[in-house]
Amino acid sequence: MGDILSIIAKRLGLGLITLLVISIIIFFAVELLPGDIAQAVLGQGATEDNLAALRAELGLDRAAPVRYFEWLGNAVTGDFGNSLVSKTSVAEAIGTRFANTLFLATYAAVIAVPVAIFLGVLVALFRNSVFDRVANVVTLTSISSPEFFLGYILILFLAVKGGMFPAIAKIDDGMTLIDKLDRTFLPALTMVLVVVAHMMRMTRASIINLLASPYVEMARLKGVPAWKVIVKHTLPNAWAPVINVVALNLAYLITGVVLVEVVFVYPGIGQLLVDAVTKRDFPVVQACCLIFAATFILLNLAADVGSILTNPRLRHPK
Amino acid sequence: MNYFIIGFYALVIGASSLAAYYQKRTAFLLLFSLTLVSFVMGIVGGEAMLWSVTILAGLIAFSAGVSYSFREFLVIILPADAAKEMRTAPLTAGFGLFVIFTYAISGIFAPIIAPYGEAEVISSAFAPADENMLLGADQLGRDMFSRIIYGARNTVGLALLATILAFVMGATAGLYAATKGGKLDQLLGRIVDVIMSIPSLIFSLLLLSIFGTNTATLIIVIAIIYAPRVFRLARSVGGNVVVMDYIEAAKLRGEGTWYLIRKEILPNSTAPLIAEFGLEFCFVFLLVAGLSFLGLGIQPPTADWGSMVRENATLISFGEITPLIPAGAIALLTVAVNFVVDWMLYRSSGLKE
Repeated sequence: MGDILSIIAKRLGLGLITLLVISIIIFFAVELLPGDIAQAVLGQGATEDNLAALRAELGLDRAAPVRYFEWLGNAVTGDFGNSLVSKTSVAEAIGTRFANTLFLATYAAVIAVPVAIFLGVLVALFRNSVFDRVANVVTLTSISSPEFFLGYILILFLAVKGGMFPAIAKIDDGMTLIDKLDRTFLPALTMVLVVVAHMMRMTRASIINLLASPYVEMARLKGVPAWKVIVKHTLPNAWAPVINVVALNLAYLITGVVLVEVVFVYPGIGQLLVDAVTKRDFPVVQACCLIFAATFILLNLAADVGSILTNPRLRHPK
Repeated sequence: MNYFIIGFYALVIGASSLAAYYQKRTAFLLLFSLTLVSFVMGIVGGEAMLWSVTILAGLIAFSAGVSYSFREFLVIILPADAAKEMRTAPLTAGFGLFVIFTYAISGIFAPIIAPYGEAEVISSAFAPADENMLLGADQLGRDMFSRIIYGARNTVGLALLATILAFVMGATAGLYAATKGGKLDQLLGRIVDVIMSIPSLIFSLLLLSIFGTNTATLIIVIAIIYAPRVFRLARSVGGNVVVMDYIEAAKLRGEGTWYLIRKEILPNSTAPLIAEFGLEFCFVFLLVAGLSFLGLGIQPPTADWGSMVRENATLISFGEITPLIPAGAIALLTVAVNFVVDWMLYRSSGLKE
């Protein structure tokens, strides 16, 4: 048992280092600006006095490494400084929006994961049949479509023509859960369509890999019924790849959410990021990027830890 | 019950019975599922739904026909070796090749095909389609059809340039790392790990907010973000080739690293690299489209599919499909490239399961 813990601890440490490196990139990328932040914000027509005032306000007169550690220290305690445009606290603006984004991603994941795994196993069992080929074409099409294409198709048919769901997903804290679920159904469905396709293909591939292994052949040859081959011999070994697939796709959900939020005017962190990028509001951009990157790394970490836990061969590395 | 509904069901049931009688298993399964689906659709949605099923089935049959004829056409005009490969290609690959061919033609000959210029204002905003304008006008009164044609040149061209740049950087570095090994290999590997652990859309938004959104920056930023994928593949493919005896022989002959990469390793790793090029193009293309949709990609007045979707998005709430056309153009090309890549991967994997 101690063995597993040390492996996982090592993996966590590696994740932490990656996150640290990314925070360095995010901070110092802004330092690469031609001129500096003050110049970028005030533009060409700024006077020397204005520039100096803004630099003093932002603390730009100190060395970059010092400011980096300050920024990182504050970020760890949840303080991302003030927005350049609205002068209000970034953490406050992000707080509820991040919760909204997580809500949407969870909503999509709860629908997508069971459906995708079930369908993935199904097409793996009926591989090379007509249904497998049709599923292949359909999932490929769904993966290849940009999220906004699927989103607008759903809006056109289910909201405008069908009138079944609202086209704009505006939610606030006062709404009941049912109301929220109804309002956010279309954005969630858009993400479900993309993610299910990805997950189905990956699940299918990993199950087919397993079915080609010698012990499955052995089980078949000694006369084990087909369902028992799946339940007893394949599934216990399939958990590791399937957990991996799920975590990777959840990580994908977190980034795919940006486009979907913009299509449905959903008050999430993705929309905030896009607005901040257009206005060149760097503290907000940095904070959003850090949060997205941290979530992404965390989910990838979960995938690794999950596959170590479910795979005895990884638990005892040589 | 009118004639259309009776005719519709008579046709699908008749066709499935024929397929069953002649023992065409695949055709029967497809046709009979269509029959079952249309029973459900007919009960739920009535005649309108049946019409959409008919149109959809007709479209699929039409594109299958086009793909079949295009494939046969390629078989005839190509030299013997390539023709042999083509003959065994699935219909989806034929379809993909046909779509890519069409896009290439409209991109290259855009000024000849398009009736108006891409920035030419010719009528009022959101004017409906008429005999001059095939698809109506956009939010400034420019011809939608012309802009779609020009978009094939701008959007696809930019994505292609970025992919080529990413590919040259990634493949060169990857093959070099595989040949040299050692510290440089380790260093490049770690850099790639870090870049790949940031979600690509987020990373590109960060970089574009800093460096601004002109075309050259866009291409370089996207190339840097996607080069690591190519690097990993090139390194692992190259790593398998480097251990071969003929590489050892070339080294003993005293050939330099650059010669090894160019003449010995590259020719033996082209198949997976070409398939990766297709996949990479799809990712880059979708990223470019996404960025343009967010207003951070190709800047107006240049015609670009992503920003066309965004600019005309308001039409959706009036039940118009105009904004779906550029979005569909993006999806269609990505699907087509994926179909072709699928076929190539299937072939290079030695026709396994």
